[in-house]
Amino acid sequence: MELINSILDLLFGSDPELRQIIVVTLRMSFFSTLFSSLVGIPAGVLMGANDFRGKGFLTRLVNTLLGLPPVVAGLIVLLLLSRSGPLGSFRLLYTVEAMVIAQVLLITPYITAMTANLVGVNAKTINETLAGVGIRGTKRLKYFLLDFRVPFLSIILAGFGRSIAEVGAVQMVGGNVQYKTRVMTTAIMMQTNMGHFNFAIALGLILLIISFLINTIVNRIQKAAADD
Amino acid sequence: MKSNKFKTILILTLVSVLLLSAVGCTKEPENKVLRMSTTTSVNDSGLMAYLQPEFEKDTGYTLEITSAGTGAAIEKARMGDADILLVHSKSAEEEFIGEGFGEERLPFMYNFFVIVGPADDPAGVAGSATAAEAFQKITDTGSLFVSRGDNSGTHNKENAIWKSIELDPTGESWYESVGQGMGQTLTIANEKQAYTLSDKATFLAHEDSLAMHLEETDDMKNTYSTIIVTAARFADSNVAGAQAFVDWIKTDKARNMIAEFGVAEYGEPLFFNMD
Repeated sequence: MELINSILDLLFGSDPELRQIIVVTLRMSFFSTLFSSLVGIPAGVLMGANDFRGKGFLTRLVNTLLGLPPVVAGLIVLLLLSRSGPLGSFRLLYTVEAMVIAQVLLITPYITAMTANLVGVNAKTINETLAGVGIRGTKRLKYFLLDFRVPFLSIILAGFGRSIAEVGAVQMVGGNVQYKTRVMTTAIMMQTNMGHFNFAIALGLILLIISFLINTIVNRIQKAAADD
Repeated sequence: MKSNKFKTILILTLVSVLLLSAVGCTKEPENKVLRMSTTTSVNDSGLMAYLQPEFEKDTGYTLEITSAGTGAAIEKARMGDADILLVHSKSAEEEFIGEGFGEERLPFMYNFFVIVGPADDPAGVAGSATAAEAFQKITDTGSLFVSRGDNSGTHNKENAIWKSIELDPTGESWYESVGQGMGQTLTIANEKQAYTLSDKATFLAHEDSLAMHLEETDDMKNTYSTIIVTAARFADSNVAGAQAFVDWIKTDKARNMIAEFGVAEYGEPLFFNMD
């Protein structure tokens, strides 16, 4: 009963801190996903659509990075950005920028691998068709992007999902600073550590609801695209 | 013939099990496990690990210690997962007792918080008469201050000091609340070269470039109390065990141990006995 009250309070109350937590979370996840996609999708297409020397090595490298534990990514970024580290003069530690950097490290390999796999399946046929109408080299990129735009949207969404759910790296490099770098996942962890279980569960449900809403929107887009 | 043998063995086994459990039931096993819920600053100082073996040897009880921030530590006792509380947050303790979970708070030990900050002390905290004065200086200069923000004993003391100068720093650009333990808070304060309120033990053990600017003022006194969780709320609470700890901690032996803890390593005691 107390739990339902907590949830309703949070959902319909006007807790300014909760609003800020959601804003910071969405801002961080938006930029993490954006930058990861800007790098990951073209890279994935390049890898999937081409055969080149060292492709095997690159594929193994990407797959290894896929297994990079979030806390390790966090540790790497922490050491780089800390005052005593090489990039310390930028004072980026415990900022949203730092969290985005760590997340891009984690999500780009994911998007690259998924894109490469997706494209690689039909790459041969598509390449031949394009070559048939005289489209080669970098000009092919545009067609690959258009052709696969709907599944790419799914991949980007999966990347967003990983970003919004991540806690290890963002806790380490973000510092969970109230109003500034506190996101939903670090807030849940903090409330749990303080013994405020109802509040933590309510936050968790809100996180799920946000995820669900975004999934629904993208699903609509995909459906609309399919109907064209 | 075979099935008869099997039946016999089965019946004999059942009877022995019943007999054994009956025998077991006539003796009332005394609960020898004392569950203590304490705070991270007490535990991280190493004091409990130091006292534990002697307590167990002298009383025969086994001490099971869990630690968390004060808020979570008290919550644990509220849920019936602890027999005795050892915390340092008077207001939270009184609330706990007011709700009927404990009979009384028993202060037995104290030490002082310290204000630490960047070595060059931009706010001029050093030399202040009270922590309140120091906090006022920090506010006036808009110097960066990092707060525990986790309802811990340290955080509650920090809030009490802000309250005493009628200031609420929430939302100020120079005030950063991180919601984490003392060690992590010090790490963040070091990174940002900010001021923070810390317990002395954790600060001394922490590697950073911060300096201690103020200590041992009256408003930074930190009192540790035990509270026995009452059997009125949780029938199987180990009240006898909790009482044994409360009695033991008052013995000369325990008091001497507390008084000399930290002296070898830091040149000064980390905790003081209450008279």
